[in-house]
Amino acid sequence: MSEVKYSKEHEWIKLDGEEATIGITKHATEMLGDIVFAELPEKGSHVDKDGTAGVVESTKAASDVYTPVSGEVIDTNQMIVDDPSKINEDPEESAWFFKLKIKDKSEMDSLMNKEEYEKFAKETSA
Amino acid sequence: MSIKKTSLNNLHIKYGAKLVEFAGYQMPIQYKDGIIQEHKYTRSHSGIFDVSHMGQLFISGGDDLTNELEKIFPADLKKLKTNQSKYSFLMNNKGGIQDDLIITKTSDGFLIILNAACKYNDYKVIKSKLDNQYKLNLDESLSLIALQGPEAKNVLNKVIPGCDSLKFMNGNNYVYKNEKVYITRSGYTGEDGFEISIKNSDAETFVESLIENGSKLIGLGARDTLRMEAGLCLYGNDLDNDTSPIEANLKWAIPKSRIETEFVGSEVLKNQFQSGVKKLRVGIKPDSKVIARVNTKIYNDKNQEIGKVTSGTFGPSVEHSIAMGYVDNSYSTVNTKIFLEVRGKKIPANICNLPFYKKNYVKGEINV
Repeated sequence: MSEVKYSKEHEWIKLDGEEATIGITKHATEMLGDIVFAELPEKGSHVDKDGTAGVVESTKAASDVYTPVSGEVIDTNQMIVDDPSKINEDPEESAWFFKLKIKDKSEMDSLMNKEEYEKFAKETSA
Repeated sequence: MSIKKTSLNNLHIKYGAKLVEFAGYQMPIQYKDGIIQEHKYTRSHSGIFDVSHMGQLFISGGDDLTNELEKIFPADLKKLKTNQSKYSFLMNNKGGIQDDLIITKTSDGFLIILNAACKYNDYKVIKSKLDNQYKLNLDESLSLIALQGPEAKNVLNKVIPGCDSLKFMNGNNYVYKNEKVYITRSGYTGEDGFEISIKNSDAETFVESLIENGSKLIGLGARDTLRMEAGLCLYGNDLDNDTSPIEANLKWAIPKSRIETEFVGSEVLKNQFQSGVKKLRVGIKPDSKVIARVNTKIYNDKNQEIGKVTSGTFGPSVEHSIAMGYVDNSYSTVNTKIFLEVRGKKIPANICNLPFYKKNYVKGEINV
C-alpha cells in the first residue's frame, strides 16, 4: 500500500517501495492562482530534504518547490513544463513534479498525514 | 491609518474576490474565475474594474487656470477642447515623473485622474503651485468604474444609452438614475472601453446592471497582465521620480508646441530632446517561458549589466512571457539580443516592439 504524506511547504509525497512521487497540493495551487511556469530538477541530480527542487510561477509570483525527502531524481513530469495549467487542473494526480529514489524512509516520519495536513492548511490560510 | 474600502467592497465580497491591500485600499486581486480567465474575458467580451481608489481631482476657478496648469503639466491644455482628454505627467524639477495622469477639460475647469498611491501627494504639490483663487477638490464622494473590452460599448449603452457615440479620449455628461455621471472613452487594457465617474451611492447598482448585461468583475491581477500586454506603464514600477517621460519612451505625450515653453522639469526635458537619453524603456520578449519579474537584471552578450526589468509576467492573450524594462540606450534597438538573470541563470531574450498585444481602440481625433 502506498501512503501519501504532506509537508508544511504544501508538497505531497507518495511512497511506493523506494520510489517517491512528489507534487504540490490542491491547496497550494489555490493559493498560487493560475500557474504559468514550472521548472523541475535535473534527472540524475541529488536533492536534499527541505532543499529547493523546482519553481512554479503564477501570474502573480514565483514560488520555490521543496523536496520533503532526500534522494536521486529518477524522473520528471515534462507534461507540466509544456502545459503548466495542468498543475491547476490535477495537482495531486497526473500533474506530479518529480520522482525520487529515496535513501532514508525515516525522513517521511516528520511529515503530516492527510488529516493533519488539512488542519494545517486551514489554520495557516485563515 | 486604517485600510480604506471603496463603495464596491460588498460587491467584491459577494462575487468571491480575494482582497488585498493596495495603495491603502482593500482591493480585489482576483475573483472566482482567476486572473487568466478574467484577462481573456476582458479581451473577448468586457470586464468591469473598480478603480475608485484612483484620485479624481477637479480644479476650477480663475480666468487664467489653463495658463497656470501649463506651468505644471507638459500638455497642450490651450488646444484641449471641452471634454477632451490627454495623457500627461506631474514632474519634479529634475524631469522625473511624480505621477502619470489623464487631464480632461470640463465645462468649468479640469478633471485630473491620479494614481491611488500618488493622489494625496499630487494634491499637495499641485495646490502649492496654484494661487488660492483656484479651487481644488479631490472628490472622494465619487467612485470610478472602468468597463473594458470589445463588448463594453454595447453593455454600457444598454445601461446608459448614447455613450457609444463618444470618441476615444473624449468624455461627456450622462444621466444614470436621475444623477449626473461623467463618462470618458479611455482605459488601461489595450481594449476599447470607458471610465465612469459616478456617485458612491449609485456605484453598486450601476455595476450590478453591467453584470446583468453580460460583463464580469475583473481584479487587479488581470488589470496588470492586460496593461502589460498593451505596453502601458504602471507608476511605481515602470515610472518613478528618477525617470523622465523621454526615458520612459513616452515622448509622444509631450507635444512639440510645449518643448520650448516652461513647465516643471522643462529644462531637463529640453536637454534630453536635444542630446538624447542614457536609458530607455523597451519591450522584452524572453526566448523561453521563464518570467522575468521586476528588478531582474539585464545583461549584454559580454556579460555586462545594461539595465533592469520593471514589469514582467505571463501574457495570457499573447501566450508568452513578456516584460518591460530600462536598458542602456545603445541596446534599445528592436531585436537586440539580451540576457535576463533569473534564479542565477542567464535567460536569452530580445528587445521587441510595444505593445505585445495590438490595440483595439475606437479612434477619434488623433493629434499626438
